[in-house]
Amino acid sequence: MAKPKKKFRIEVNEEWCKGCVICVDVCPTNVLDMKDMLSKWEGMVVYVKDIDKCIGCDLCELSCPDFAIEVYEVPQEEEAQSG
Amino acid sequence: MAFNYKPYIREDKFPNIWCPGCGIGILMKAIIRAVHKMGWKREDVALVSGIGCTSRMPGYVNFNTLHTTHGRALAFATGIKHARPDKHVIVVSGDGDALAIGGNHFIHACRRNIDITLIVLNNMIYGMTGGQVSPTTPAGYRASTMPYGNVEPNFDTVNLAIGAGATYVARSTVNNPALMERQIKEGLQNKGFSVIEVVSNCHIQFGRRNKMGDQLVLRHWIKEREVPLRKAKDMSPEELEGKFVIGTFVKKTRPEYTEEYAKMVERVKGASK
Ligand SMILES: Cc1ncc(C[n+]2csc(CCOP(=O)(O)OP(=O)(O)O)c2C)c(N)n1
Ligand code: SF4
Ligand SMILES: [Mg+2]
Repeated sequence: MAKPKKKFRIEVNEEWCKGCVICVDVCPTNVLDMKDMLSKWEGMVVYVKDIDKCIGCDLCELSCPDFAIEVYEVPQEEEAQSG
Repeated sequence: MAFNYKPYIREDKFPNIWCPGCGIGILMKAIIRAVHKMGWKREDVALVSGIGCTSRMPGYVNFNTLHTTHGRALAFATGIKHARPDKHVIVVSGDGDALAIGGNHFIHACRRNIDITLIVLNNMIYGMTGGQVSPTTPAGYRASTMPYGNVEPNFDTVNLAIGAGATYVARSTVNNPALMERQIKEGLQNKGFSVIEVVSNCHIQFGRRNKMGDQLVLRHWIKEREVPLRKAKDMSPEELEGKFVIGTFVKKTRPEYTEEYAKMVERVKGASK
């Protein structure tokens, strides 16, 4: 049986995100994008556009200067439970 | 993955003061991960800085922290290490802090080989005070005090550290956070003086004066100039002009200052009995 593909979950701290776009720039698979949030300095924050494309490389988390984005691996059982 | 920074930061001080996209936060996280991997207790670590944007870092981390005066971080750190050689002392400094006003402390800490890890965040400018030229502002690039382009030759942090006798010397950039972390960890492991340069983006004070006011543009500009040490070995000095060679340059052992000092104290005590 083929090994099931690993799944990931990304959490964003919108309060700490400054909208610098670095995470969007470093993501090799285009998982992230920006959305408007006019209360913010740059008028935007990051959001997770397409989590299925995430390969768990961690580059967004490592490159975020503001501790505002975290990548978690979703354990397989948990994923089966949630459907 | 999903590293838990929470125990290591002062959450009530966040979000941090740095401009959106500034690389200093990336370095702060790499330092935290490296300390975590060393397995050290927070109370056994001291993070010391001088003055500058980079030097704001001790305000945010949950170690013993010391925010001192411009250029003098290494002098204070030397005092700490002397008084408590059992503690782990890390210094973060800007390029101005470490190489301009603090240049003298820099070379003498290298010469003494005192067991401190110095991380120089080189953003090629005085960020905090409004973009004055620093010893690392690239030739021809503008600064508030070099409005027609910098005519001063540079200090190369790595060569300066090697010449002065540091026992671990490495360079990375903000584009390589995992490498940065590995180098910091190796620096922390070294029983002696370690110098790690991290080339970073101050798109606000350096970038804006040089048509690179966007953090991504300046980060890419740095990336285009990165050359791995392996490859640099086959390149001529002309080809390496204006490049950032990244890698580990020196890893050696030499007697460490506080240990030699302690030996001297023992010797003198023995002689006076
Ligand atoms: C004795 C003294 N001289 C000058 C200053 C003003 N000053 C504060 S920070 C700074 C330079 C900062 O540049 P750098 O060390 O590269 O740090 P960055 O802000 O770029 O991180 C200067 C000149 C000072 N605080 N104290
Ligand atoms: S002025 Fe430059 S170094 Fe200072 S926080 Fe802003 S981008 Fe960073
Ligand atoms: Mg600087």
